[in-house]
Amino acid sequence: MPTEHSSKQYELDLESIRSRVLQMGGMVEKQFYDAMNCFRTLNASEAERIIAADIEVNQMEVALDDVCSHLIVKRQPAANDLRTFMATIKVITDLERIGDEATKIARAAKAIHQRGIVPIAHEDIVRVMAATTGRQLHDALDAFARMDEKQATRLIVVDEEIDLEYRVVMRSAVTLMMEDPRTISAALDTLWVAKAIERIGDHAKNIAEYVIYIVEGKDIRHTDYAILQQYSQ
Amino acid sequence: MSTVFLGDPPVASTQELVTIKVQDLDFFYGSFQGLKNIKLDVFEKKVTAFIGPSGCGKSTLLRTLNRMYDLYPGQHAEGSIVYKGRNILDKDVDVNVLRAKIGMVFQKPTPFPMSIYENIAFGVRLYENLSKGEMDERVEWALNKAALWGEVKDKLNKSGLSLSGGQQQRLCIARAVAVKPDVLLLDEPTSALDPISTVKIEELISELKDDYTITIVTHNMQQAARCSDFTAYMYLGELVEFGETDKIFLNPNKKETQDYITGRFG
Repeated sequence: MPTEHSSKQYELDLESIRSRVLQMGGMVEKQFYDAMNCFRTLNASEAERIIAADIEVNQMEVALDDVCSHLIVKRQPAANDLRTFMATIKVITDLERIGDEATKIARAAKAIHQRGIVPIAHEDIVRVMAATTGRQLHDALDAFARMDEKQATRLIVVDEEIDLEYRVVMRSAVTLMMEDPRTISAALDTLWVAKAIERIGDHAKNIAEYVIYIVEGKDIRHTDYAILQQYSQ
Repeated sequence: MSTVFLGDPPVASTQELVTIKVQDLDFFYGSFQGLKNIKLDVFEKKVTAFIGPSGCGKSTLLRTLNRMYDLYPGQHAEGSIVYKGRNILDKDVDVNVLRAKIGMVFQKPTPFPMSIYENIAFGVRLYENLSKGEMDERVEWALNKAALWGEVKDKLNKSGLSLSGGQQQRLCIARAVAVKPDVLLLDEPTSALDPISTVKIEELISELKDDYTITIVTHNMQQAARCSDFTAYMYLGELVEFGETDKIFLNPNKKETQDYITGRFG
């Protein structure tokens, strides 16, 4: 934002919150990436590490919420500052949830590993949606960092693709299970992973919606705003 | 200078009743122009707050609304301020009657050096001829309106100056209310008061707006956000943005307004 606060300290505080949110974003992005790798390699000790690392993200959520409430009481933010605070607090929650979903993926990897036999190409089934979601998450954080509402709008539209992909994964899993009941355990674990990925996509979409809220002051949740916007361009 | 801010004059888009309609108002302190082409509607039984940095003209605008500036030579206003179908800037308007209908409360409490009772009765006597009983009733009514009756009812003959700052300010509000005005102009009514007294005055404002149209000048942005329905942001004698308070404080239309209310100003 071009104009600076008359209070330098306020400016520094806002900047510090922003950079810590982005740091947290980087953490969960890596968590998701590692979890998908782990799901591919079925490395149990790596899964344990990812699950343990979630504690750090959780602590960051608590710390950032605390910083935000302190700043609200000290500065009584208004207009775009207020919107930034409201949205940041929500972004923090979404990031923490993404961390949770990543640990679910790691847990599924561990479960499949423990069973020993893998009768299906578990990683192939979710590869496309994992790649799309990874990009979504990255772009959502990027849009938040640059306050780019156009990119945010595009992301919201792409989220539909992930939802569609999830239904495709579900159908293939059901087909596998019907054809051979021995695949049921692994197929179910893969479905949980697909569900976790789909949820991560939703959280990325939420972050994109907050970016639009901050920049334009419009609360577009549960509306067709992004789709209409996309068609009008 | 008039091109500093873009677009049409800012006007709130509501269906409220207009008590005071300000149009094309210019105001001069000698040769210095303090207000430039102000257009503004003050809505009936709503609280309108004027905010802006020092010297932006918000107090000047407030003081034109009951021609307080008449008391100072060299100051004059042009344009129109329509109240009850009349341009109150016209020379033949009786300013005493006008000020009874559009009352004013100042930044520092200004009780007269007389008893609490007389502080209220003094103004009423100028306009009305009431019996002792009626006057007693009126004083009690006004003090009740100003949420002060309970605190002073046993010492009405004590000097108004013996009260605390917050009580003195409420006494001044009671004094303004006693002559049964339509509009109350409050010029930074709480800037000299402690937080508790400030809360009491703000509560009072929200009660008084059931019966009166109120305009308030305040430096405290949170106060404007808390107690007003409409907010006008002014800068360098111009009205930059006028609209519903919630909108102004959550998502103002103009960047200048946003910079000011978020403290990015200057």
